[in-house]
Amino acid sequence: MMAKGMLIIGAGECGGRAALTLRDLGYDGPVTLVGDEPHLPYERPPLSKDAMTSDAPAIKAIASDEILAERSIRHIHSVQAVEIDRAAHGVRLSDGSVLPYDKLLLATGSVPRRLPMPGLGPRCVYLRTFNDALAIRAHLRAGNRIAIVGGGFIGLELAAAARGLGAAVTVIEAQPRILMRGVPAEIAKIIHQTHEAEGVKILCGDAIAAIAEDGAQVRIALAGGQDIVADLAVIGIGAVPVTGLAAEAGLTIDNGIAVDAALRTSDPDIFAAGDCCSFPLAVYGGRRVRLEAWRNAQEQGALAARNMLGAGEAHAAVPWFWSDQYGLTLQISGLSDEGSKVVRRDLDDGAFILFHLAQDGRLVAASGIGPGNSVARDIRLAEMLIARRAKPAPEALGSQTIKLKSLLAA
Amino acid sequence: MSDWVEACGADDIDEEDVMRFDHDGRTFAIYRSPDDEYFATDGLCSHEKVHLADGLVMDNIIECPKHNGRFNYKTGAARGAPVCVNLRTYPVKLDAGKILIQIG
Repeated sequence: MMAKGMLIIGAGECGGRAALTLRDLGYDGPVTLVGDEPHLPYERPPLSKDAMTSDAPAIKAIASDEILAERSIRHIHSVQAVEIDRAAHGVRLSDGSVLPYDKLLLATGSVPRRLPMPGLGPRCVYLRTFNDALAIRAHLRAGNRIAIVGGGFIGLELAAAARGLGAAVTVIEAQPRILMRGVPAEIAKIIHQTHEAEGVKILCGDAIAAIAEDGAQVRIALAGGQDIVADLAVIGIGAVPVTGLAAEAGLTIDNGIAVDAALRTSDPDIFAAGDCCSFPLAVYGGRRVRLEAWRNAQEQGALAARNMLGAGEAHAAVPWFWSDQYGLTLQISGLSDEGSKVVRRDLDDGAFILFHLAQDGRLVAASGIGPGNSVARDIRLAEMLIARRAKPAPEALGSQTIKLKSLLAA
Repeated sequence: MSDWVEACGADDIDEEDVMRFDHDGRTFAIYRSPDDEYFATDGLCSHEKVHLADGLVMDNIIECPKHNGRFNYKTGAARGAPVCVNLRTYPVKLDAGKILIQIG
């Protein structure tokens, strides 16, 4: 019998990585990658960073046309998947065609959370795709005023890029501080101060009362009485998983497409991976999480590919992400809200790492910030310690003279 | 060209560690393996031009500090996503406690 093959819906980091991994593993049936954007699969992290500051932004492709052809990966772009027929093992696309599958991977990602307010027009935009990035890039120049709604990573990276190009930037955050989700206050404070030193105005703890567009201007009225007038408002208030296709097909949804440790949905022939799925995180006793992170998308794409071929392997990675703003890099491994005690380790050049320990002394997360990649090595070592469920001595973690690598051997 | 350039002292690098070496507008990474041998590669990751010397050396592997691209620093071979382009390696020799690399 002819193989129907492996079908991947979503051609981002996760889907692209899954397709390449299927071939790496020697799978020789059909591999089809379906994406709704007009581009090759590309890396999204540069969109809020390099693509914003470059004079001629270009996509950073995960695989070129040549590689896709050489590896017999069929890439269908600019179409939506509209319906999964689970009984027939087929997916119908917006162009009317139906693609069959033996195993299906949903790597549908996430989309920006919409600001639920009237008054938003063409000067209020979101950042998710390369085309979004190009549209925003066109407004970043000296003399232009950029309002950023949301003091999360996307907004702050964008603020840094916009300042670099000379635009006047105001960040509006409804929470009492920036980076409330997942970043310790001590580190958020460094980032906040750096932005202010670079000339960004940050307004925390103030809600938006109304937004109105008037020609080429956006007027944002804050509940506290201030009015912010900008040439462009970029809204970065989080992301929501794309679950419609899965939900319509009757798959279990639980803050994303619910999968087991092997990334299988409630249908054993359908997998989900990356931003769109929630999964049990083994390192924290199976706590169900959904991660919006580049490395997670990559790792889960590869894991889904292995499991589509029957490996039955459980996800075991520790969450990790990073952010670049000005010359600073932040890296976090693990989930800091699992911890109840913090130990600080100072490094050279003002860099430092906060180790988050659980009640029983287990290292559960590490958050670091510093110039360039100064915290990278220790954060990576911390990640290994977290994966091993190690209980390193707090004094050793805090001591600059004790190498973290030596704790790994213990 | 067969220029041997002095990069650093043999004791400047710990075992299973890496050091950055800049020379004549180029940047290199010099490694000392757990079995006390020295190696040299291009200094920048082939993925996003990040200095590998900020990364972690584990056994024969250097991991890029930014995106965890992995290379075997003894051969320069890329070891999986996101890196796919190998690193160039350079001959290394030890002379009177100094590490010399041959920059071709």
